[in-house]
Amino acid sequence: MKIVEDTAPVLTALDRPNSYIGRSVPRPNLARLTQGRAQYVSDVVLPRMAYVAFVRSPHAHAKIVSIDAAAAQQAPGVVAVVTGAELARIITPWVGVLTHLKGIKSAPQHAIAVDRACWVGEAVCAVIARTRAEAEDGCELVHVEYEELPAVTDPETALDASTPVIHPTLGDNLTFERSLSAGDPEKGFAEADATIETTFVFGRHTGVTNEPRAVVADWNPGEQRMTVYQGTQAPHMMQNLFAKHLGLAEHQVRVVTKDVGGSFGIKVHTYADEMATVALSKLLRRPIKFVADRIESFVTDIHARDHRVKARIGVKNDGTITAFEIDDLTGIGPYSVYPRTSGIEANQIVNLVGSPYTCMNYKARTRVVFQNKNVMCQYRAVGHPIAVAVTEGLVELAAAKIGMDPLELRRRNLFPDDSYPAQTAAGLKLEKLSHHEALAHLDAMVNYAGLRAEQERLRKQGIYRGLGFASFIEVTNPSAAFYGVGGAKISAQDGATVKLDAQGMISIHSGVTEQGQGAEAVLAQCVATSFGVPIERIRVVTGDTDNTPYGGGTWASRAAGIGGEAAWQAGKALRQNVLTVAGSILQAKPETLDIRNGLVVDQDGGNERISLEEVARIAYFRPDTLPSGIRAEFVATRHYVPRAWPFSFTNGIQASYLEVDTDSGFVKLLKHWCVEDCGTIINPQLVDEQVRGGVVQGIGAALFEQCVYDQRGQLLNGNMADYLVPMAVEMPDIEVGHVVSPTADSELGAKGAGEAGTAGAPGSVMNAINDALRPLGAASLTDMPFTPDKILRALGKV
Amino acid sequence: MSERVCDIALTVNGESVVETIEARQSLVDFLREKLSLTGSHVGCEHGVCGACTVRVEGVTVRGCLMLAAQCDGAKVDTIEGVSDSGEIADLQQAFEKRNALQCGFCTPGMLLTAQELLSSGAIPSREKIREHISGNYCRCTGYHAIVDAIEAVAQARAGSAR
Repeated sequence: MKIVEDTAPVLTALDRPNSYIGRSVPRPNLARLTQGRAQYVSDVVLPRMAYVAFVRSPHAHAKIVSIDAAAAQQAPGVVAVVTGAELARIITPWVGVLTHLKGIKSAPQHAIAVDRACWVGEAVCAVIARTRAEAEDGCELVHVEYEELPAVTDPETALDASTPVIHPTLGDNLTFERSLSAGDPEKGFAEADATIETTFVFGRHTGVTNEPRAVVADWNPGEQRMTVYQGTQAPHMMQNLFAKHLGLAEHQVRVVTKDVGGSFGIKVHTYADEMATVALSKLLRRPIKFVADRIESFVTDIHARDHRVKARIGVKNDGTITAFEIDDLTGIGPYSVYPRTSGIEANQIVNLVGSPYTCMNYKARTRVVFQNKNVMCQYRAVGHPIAVAVTEGLVELAAAKIGMDPLELRRRNLFPDDSYPAQTAAGLKLEKLSHHEALAHLDAMVNYAGLRAEQERLRKQGIYRGLGFASFIEVTNPSAAFYGVGGAKISAQDGATVKLDAQGMISIHSGVTEQGQGAEAVLAQCVATSFGVPIERIRVVTGDTDNTPYGGGTWASRAAGIGGEAAWQAGKALRQNVLTVAGSILQAKPETLDIRNGLVVDQDGGNERISLEEVARIAYFRPDTLPSGIRAEFVATRHYVPRAWPFSFTNGIQASYLEVDTDSGFVKLLKHWCVEDCGTIINPQLVDEQVRGGVVQGIGAALFEQCVYDQRGQLLNGNMADYLVPMAVEMPDIEVGHVVSPTADSELGAKGAGEAGTAGAPGSVMNAINDALRPLGAASLTDMPFTPDKILRALGKV
Repeated sequence: MSERVCDIALTVNGESVVETIEARQSLVDFLREKLSLTGSHVGCEHGVCGACTVRVEGVTVRGCLMLAAQCDGAKVDTIEGVSDSGEIADLQQAFEKRNALQCGFCTPGMLLTAQELLSSGAIPSREKIREHISGNYCRCTGYHAIVDAIEAVAQARAGSAR
């Protein structure tokens, strides 16, 4: 029995008498999900609603010569057939660039391709019909004549003079480039006793949310208002973009996000087909629904990673790391994705390589190039899995080369726990991390010495087990430094409004969104604690631009740390407002009173004075009995944005223990551990489950997941039978441990926890495989995913 | 056009249903679109993800791989039915308490699959649980919490049966 009952702690970190901070209270809305009573966008049905399906380009790069829609227009149930040129009169194109990514460039992207398709899967025509099936039937009757153009599909040659330029107006296929040199890398490498140089490759993969992307757009010409039901992570960002490109004011657009069937960064971007659906609703003056099918998801949901990193580390015989160097290359799609751009992952890699370590000699270059493949953008843990695997791969290769224990080499180079505030070679500002405490904790959790002994013993029996580690830092709680400074209307702040109703119940309206991670539970815990009511009295509203304060939504592990703090502060403000009225009723000074467990009590002694219901009754129904100067303000709103630090970095370390079958090349994962430090832990169970889910996503990248393209830009495995995702039987149990270093930037002290698992898992699995095979003299495996054929090749067996 | 549509009569969650359907309609589309039983989800439409899992004649099936027309005369149970009957109340409670779901999209299918495993009354090992649910894709949890929840219910049921 692993289910632990939540019990109230005696005293909590935040020291409120009825605190919920640090408790594993269940999420408030789970019964709806377990009973099949959720409402995902794919479940939404509106009166007069029609369905859109898209004709999509079968070519990676082709001129659209003509579109013959006559037969489709006559097909049963078809309402309309709309081409890109027709839709362009309703919705303007966009360009995915940000000013703080110096030099980044992209071309205008249309909701539906006009004249030219630039990747396999780009929509070239829309068919709208009474049912999805009829819309798909209609698509089959649309005849598109294409003239195939040469496709750019190899990042290594994308910048060669002989390679065609995808967007001639841009001059070349270079999207973005960044170079960095810190300290004295040349001197660092000159001082090294050993230098290890290798190339790491990271497969292009995607999010595979269980619910595909879905949107229902409802333009009401009578109200001149657009309501969009969308499974998105950022409703206010989408409100801004729909308004901007449809020529509407933001107050004419309402975005409603109900239950979302998985996001992971997939659902925080602008998708051409979703923009088209919204424009089609305006054009056709009725609700239009689009739900991607799985095949469409594979060719249109953003892809991620797909990096080739040449990397080098210098190390002295005493274990001191003397320098890091990387040369990164990534091939994105034909457009930089709007509005977050497709340059951020590469930028993050430059920022994050070497970041756990004190070594200040660092040289980096990254180049992002266009290709005729599906677009790439930010997916869970953006850049981290790559930067961590490169850094930690180099560290363990260096340890092997100089014959030092890999944990000992880390101990000699990690930022000391008492060295903060500190700054990394790339210039990241670190408030307070705990690498050494986390490593010590992990060492004990895994029984390091015991596992090494077991490994040694089994090797003698021909069983090859490996243990690999990955230390990491994670970007969370981003300030405006992430997107706002670059000109994107993506809010870094978030707000919460809390209300006391006439029966003494509390509602919270928050700008962050629930994607299943438990944001609504965290918000309820924060307000229950700071205001002072049992959590059952709280109702949380998220995901509605008409009914929540303006906010950024859920991404970059910000919901708890930023949205939670805003809710915490709003709860405190409402408590003061209520105590002012209660004091007036009780003829007591408000500062002598408190609200605990739903009752107004004496600050000293805790004696009950009056119930919240009674305060609410008097304030709402008999305000005539209150003194004339007293107004009951039973709604409070607070906003929060981190100000002292651009990002709240967290840290941690993971370990993977696995066995490699040297005959078949299969990897069996035996156990995985993660120790992380996300500051104040508001809900331990939710943090652990974020870590576990994230770890498995990272394992998928390490062992299974890859979007395989051929040279002509065709995706060869765009379905769930051929694109492998982690299923239960291959996954290990995952133990999670914690170190707690709160941020002083907020009262709660909470940092993010959503991406730590994904950040560290691929690197630790890679290191474990190499650790397992090292005694066999196998070549180091650095090309993810580590499929059986690659392992057998490394062993020289095929 | 007669071959394109057909009439079916079946029992869904204990209620008799008589409908004229398109012959090509899958069971899960029929449940969702004709009967508005949206608790069964469409994830991949090619039989891999398990989000559409429902029970036909007591056996779990992929709602996307079975045609509604094949269910003429059959008894079909969905998550709505087993929720209202209380049949899996303990599993649902364990999933909620253990946070064995995040986005919840896989959960109805996962619960029905788990119920099938536990219906024998034995206490399966964690490996056996993992194997049994390995046709149900969950992107959120990493599966560990789901295995915990199913294991806890297996133990609790065995305990109360003694």
